[in-house]
Amino acid sequence: MEDEEYTGGIEKKIIYVNRRAPHGTVYALESLETVLIGAAFDQDVTMLFLDDGVFQLKKDQAPEALEFKNFSKTYRALEMYDVEKLFVEQESLAERGLAQDDLVVDVELVARKDVGALINDQDVVLSF
Amino acid sequence: MSTLNVLNKSPFEKKTMEQCLARLADGDSVLMIEDAVVAALADTAIASQLESVGAAHALYVLEPDLAARGLSSSSRLAAVKVVDYSGFVELATTHERVHSWL
Amino acid sequence: MKFAILVNEGPYQHQASDSAYQFSVAALEAGHEISRVFFYHDGVNNGSRLTTPPQDDRHIQKRWSALAADKGVDLVLCVAACQRRGLVDEGEMKRNGKDASNIAEGFRISGLGQLIEAGIESDRLITFGD
Repeated sequence: MEDEEYTGGIEKKIIYVNRRAPHGTVYALESLETVLIGAAFDQDVTMLFLDDGVFQLKKDQAPEALEFKNFSKTYRALEMYDVEKLFVEQESLAERGLAQDDLVVDVELVARKDVGALINDQDVVLSF
Repeated sequence: MSTLNVLNKSPFEKKTMEQCLARLADGDSVLMIEDAVVAALADTAIASQLESVGAAHALYVLEPDLAARGLSSSSRLAAVKVVDYSGFVELATTHERVHSWL
Repeated sequence: MKFAILVNEGPYQHQASDSAYQFSVAALEAGHEISRVFFYHDGVNNGSRLTTPPQDDRHIQKRWSALAADKGVDLVLCVAACQRRGLVDEGEMKRNGKDASNIAEGFRISGLGQLIEAGIESDRLITFGD
């Protein structure tokens, strides 16, 4: 299943909206899983990190002591899956005392006032 | 290219509603279901904020979820329209995409 | 119009599965198609045939199964979420050496690709969760 090729011939713009901190719930990990599986479908993928979702990209995560997978490293590998549009909302970072340097991967910053337009440019919204 | 934004949490418990409202684009609508229906009532602490959002965006509330909570006949914000499930379906068709704010 | 539905929460704990069901019924009544309901995270618990809710309560699993039987709705449980939570069909039972299976009529277990595909091939994807 994980290797299936999509031959339906449709290409859509799919945005993954990530708004929750990692580890407290499973959603951050599952969003990433879906993006990785979805890569086989050759769609136009955007990942958006809002609110506590910005913590998913925080450097220096060490959940191993809790026997959790450290999936934060995987965000750096997304490029190999042709997932290159990673957007982080500027205000979400600032509200949490974070800066772009605190993140594991290069992202594009988006202002809060432009988030609605970014979402409205998409065909499908998957929220986690 | 408008979005139907679906909210299901009470603004008195979670910030989800305010986080959604801060990101609405022109033409977007908001539908309150499940615990979010409490936001549709008049005279709440967030009533004036929602009324001003309602001046720029269509606001809807799901009637069966109001009724389940004993709120069907409570006075509601003038800006909020009541829909049933068939109205929810209709809204999903008249907007280009549905965004559930979880 | 073709709808795909995503259910992220289990039955009885959260209203998500109920809301998804009511939406699906209303969409079918209005003449639309529900191309797939994908159950993810704890949502896979909706597919256990071993639930026994009190008689005066709704039977969430049976309602979904009836939608599959009567309207041909494709009910898909995420395989990875099932494996983690002990939701097992015949194939998974043999593959993983389990002594029982517990998937209800009308549900099938498959991969996350089914969610992506549903998103691509439907006109609207609607998510119900916490």
